[in-house]
Amino acid sequence: MKRLIIAVTLTSALALSACKKEPPVIVPDAPQDTVAPTPTPTPTATTPPGPQPGSQSHFAAAMQGADTIYFDTDMYNIDNEDGAALRRQAEYLLQFSNARATVEGHADERGTRDYNLALGERRANAAKNYLVSLGVPESRLRTVSYGEERPAATGSTEAAWARNRRAVTVMIER
Amino acid sequence: MNFRLALVTILTPFVAFAAMPAAAQQVLDLPDEAEDMAQEGEGEGEGTVVTVTADSWNDLGIAIASFATNRDVPTPANSSGTAALGLELSRVVYNDLRFNGLFRPVGPDSLPRPSYDQITDPAWGTWRGRSAEMLVHGYVRANDDGRLTVGCYLYDVELEIELVREGWVVNPGEWRRAAHKCSDLVYSRLSGEDPFFDSRIAYIAETGPPEARIKRLAIMDSDGANHRFITNGQSTALTPRYSPDYSQIAYLSYVDGNPRIYVYDIDSGRQTLVTESSNPTFAPRWSPDGRWILYSMAIAGNTDIYRVPSSGGGRPERLTFSPAIEVGGSYSPDGSRIVFESDQSGAQQCYIMNADGSNQRRISFFGGRCATPEWSPRGDQIAFTHIAGDFHIAVMNTDGRNMRTLTNAWHDEAPTWAPNGRIIQFFRTERGTGNTSIWQVDLTGENERRLRTPVGASDPAWGPVLP
Repeated sequence: MKRLIIAVTLTSALALSACKKEPPVIVPDAPQDTVAPTPTPTPTATTPPGPQPGSQSHFAAAMQGADTIYFDTDMYNIDNEDGAALRRQAEYLLQFSNARATVEGHADERGTRDYNLALGERRANAAKNYLVSLGVPESRLRTVSYGEERPAATGSTEAAWARNRRAVTVMIER
Repeated sequence: MNFRLALVTILTPFVAFAAMPAAAQQVLDLPDEAEDMAQEGEGEGEGTVVTVTADSWNDLGIAIASFATNRDVPTPANSSGTAALGLELSRVVYNDLRFNGLFRPVGPDSLPRPSYDQITDPAWGTWRGRSAEMLVHGYVRANDDGRLTVGCYLYDVELEIELVREGWVVNPGEWRRAAHKCSDLVYSRLSGEDPFFDSRIAYIAETGPPEARIKRLAIMDSDGANHRFITNGQSTALTPRYSPDYSQIAYLSYVDGNPRIYVYDIDSGRQTLVTESSNPTFAPRWSPDGRWILYSMAIAGNTDIYRVPSSGGGRPERLTFSPAIEVGGSYSPDGSRIVFESDQSGAQQCYIMNADGSNQRRISFFGGRCATPEWSPRGDQIAFTHIAGDFHIAVMNTDGRNMRTLTNAWHDEAPTWAPNGRIIQFFRTERGTGNTSIWQVDLTGENERRLRTPVGASDPAWGPVLP
């Protein structure tokens, strides 16, 4: 009986979170990419003075925000929106075969510290596994969990927490 | 590091003081009307709110008089000499009892200062006139070898009898420990509980803005004194735990870029990885006998609990096997069982298993989530973070029954027990700023107080009573 109730609750939670999920609000003080207004950047078209392919700034400019995927509270599933972002990341990583990346998993402040570290691991690995499923060699990807230690947005609001429950792909610079 | 204090057995007042009563009278030439010297001041009026609980012993009025000295001589423990040190010793005792909401203490700054020979022969009339029910006296003596002897006496003023006495020989640098031992003596004798003041706390000191917080490993005495930073803040440090003998601290550091548990040796300053693995390790915990370290390790995103001999080099043993998150863990005082958290039901709940990982079963069924369980040193209760909207500190029996919430703030987390299992320490996060501070609450939930720390403070871990 208990088991049944738990199962039902979990399913409804999943369903609820699936339709509840909104794109995180970008707060004005979000860090700006230095190379922001490049219209539809095609990495191959980069001119010599620009950032090197495979560098973090080159990757961030190419991704236009798709370097980060967002999760619902305590969740680590990859939804359609996340999948689209990860496909862009995978395309980049497959195009620049020297590029290596770290997938960082993060949690919001509304959790206990140890659990948030474990949750960040889950999220980073969910994103990494998705990239691997798209053909990115596992050897070029590493993961790290920061738990709740590195918030992208501060403040104790739903909007801030939504921005912090994330997995961010970052190029490993050489 | 040797933490052991030499215990001095004081047989009778005559034996204890026969050697130098003359000297005492000679040097400490206090007037008979010592009350005239009473300084009203930083005593009771300081403004710390202390709620009195229903416990009857908590209502006891206790006078804590300045400790006397046989001879006011220089000591490395106090630049003004042993007489000034005596006053400081009694202030530490007073603050121990006062800040913990125990009894109704009156401190030395608003009391007459007894002479050295009055320590074993109290001026009963003086104390009865001040409506003190209990009286704490003490002395400090500088020994020829440079060490200090501190004596502590508890008297029942009503009955005009001595209840208990003890003495300790300490190095000058450890004088506060003698005062804490005196607090413990008084507290234990009057409450019937085990001592806890002479103990230490490891925690994480927090500075800087929320988006770039600097987190350093730090240690301090149970009253916040003798504060010391261990790491420099260049890499994030989290979740320290003192080894039961205080010789080592297991904690998480990002020093190599990844979350890893290191075991830091306090004497040598050396630190070693808890286990040689490329996988992230976190949430370290010691077994009560210090022989094992529990830790959580994530492999391909799945976190489980492992144990490894603390002596180093041993082979880790995996204790949990579910695809869910199993994390943390806290041993029962006899080391036979472990309470831990798992989200295998869909959300964080508390589970118990035998120390070898067998016989795992969920114990929390009261609604909300059960996180960061910590077994009481007395064995009968488990403290945890109860998540039901907000985050509160709560306790339950070891079978999960009789859940009681002790705090009611927005975000209280990570309980750690006082060595005697009477007080729970935790950290509180302020909504909006993310500022953290360490708090204590007793098992009634009525006495709550903030521990003073130099900067923001989180992840407290209370160690056992020092030998």
